Amino acid sequence: MSYLRKILAIVWKDIVAELRTKEMFSAMFVFAVLVIVVFVFAFDLRVVGEQVQQVAPGTLWVAFAFSGVLGLNRAFVMEKDRGCLEGLLLAPVDHTAIYFGKMVSTVLFMLVVEAFMLPVFTAFFGVNLFDLRLILTIVLGTVGFAGVGTILSAMTAQTRAREVLLPILLLPVAAPVLIFAVKATAGVLDGQPTSEIAFWLRLLVAFDLIFPAVAFMTFDYVVKE
Amino acid sequence: MKRRNDTLLIVLTALSAVLVMIALYLALVGAPDANLQSETGRYAQRIIYFHIATAWVGFLAFFVTFVGGVGYLRTQARKWDIVALSSAEIGTVFMLGVLVSGSIWAKPAWGVWWVWDERLTISLIQFLVYVGYLMLRSSVEDPARRARFAAVYGVVAFISVPINFIAIRLWRTQHPLIFGSEEGGLGPNMMFAFFFCLITFTIWYVTLMWHRIRLERSRDQVEALKQKIMG
Repeated sequence: MSYLRKILAIVWKDIVAELRTKEMFSAMFVFAVLVIVVFVFAFDLRVVGEQVQQVAPGTLWVAFAFSGVLGLNRAFVMEKDRGCLEGLLLAPVDHTAIYFGKMVSTVLFMLVVEAFMLPVFTAFFGVNLFDLRLILTIVLGTVGFAGVGTILSAMTAQTRAREVLLPILLLPVAAPVLIFAVKATAGVLDGQPTSEIAFWLRLLVAFDLIFPAVAFMTFDYVVKE
Repeated sequence: MKRRNDTLLIVLTALSAVLVMIALYLALVGAPDANLQSETGRYAQRIIYFHIATAWVGFLAFFVTFVGGVGYLRTQARKWDIVALSSAEIGTVFMLGVLVSGSIWAKPAWGVWWVWDERLTISLIQFLVYVGYLMLRSSVEDPARRARFAAVYGVVAFISVPINFIAIRLWRTQHPLIFGSEEGGLGPNMMFAFFFCLITFTIWYVTLMWHRIRLERSRDQVEALKQKIMG
């Protein structure tokens, strides 16, 4: 089996498991909606009418990031709980294939949740989010977030604090993704020219390449006994 | 050999103490006043000598943690893990010192305790990364696994520093730079005090590292003895 096929096999396994339970999708989606509701409550008295546009990009990405943390946590805790991680590690594949498989499946789950979130968000905030450049931003931002999140999730799943620890380790490291993605999103919503937005997108691409490369080199140390 | 090392450590500790005292004198009395109009501004800038030296040690310590992490991943030797751990602990304290001293200075100089300026923000993120590093360590029981996880996080976090720096700089330059222009540069006397503090703090860091590494080694020895007695 080629390396790519091995990665796809792991992704397929995760998709099948998710389709049977649907627990990850429902939790992530409901949580993302709740984040937006909480934001609306928190801002309601101060930010009204036109000003809502100003907080829309940030709100969107906080909802994506928090529901992403939820998904990332499940990715490895699920395997760990039922002793599946050992089975996965015994499979005749390079350990980095497990990293990429888990990363791809996390990206897919996050993107599905985000696709469902966009109409909800459009309705709540009255901003048009159906723009090709915005979709590109969301894909790139999600890949960056999941890229660094997957290796940290593999670590925290094996610690005592588990779910609690992941956001603490992830958010400072993933801060650039949030900055770039929020800037690009704000650019799209403010109607800035594409060249302006492309600047932030290029930075996102750089981030998307650096951390999977680091994970590729260090993932072995995270899973070996 | 061991005796001589201990003597050297005592000398180094005493030297650090004396140097810090001199640095304190230079920063508070020796260095000239800055050419700032307000009285508070003139005195408040004296914290800069300690503030920048603290920041330097904070980032240096983080680099040493990174080197310790890479060393551990390559060799699996306990000594590298001890270096990384010791440096991270010291760095956390110094980074907190940066945030506190920066805030103390910002209040008279800018009128607020905190602004989301690029350097302040990167220091805060850096501090939070350190805290995460120590929390990760305390959450893993198996020593070998703890060392491996800490090393990997140390590497990931270190690589995130320049990216964070670029991101935060770009994020801030979108706004007009309000506080950038009032830096007038340092006069010759100020330069001396400044570099004296920088060197003093570096020596102080080395002393602290030595003590901390020694402590961790003793802890390992006690653990080994315990194992021996308990069977």
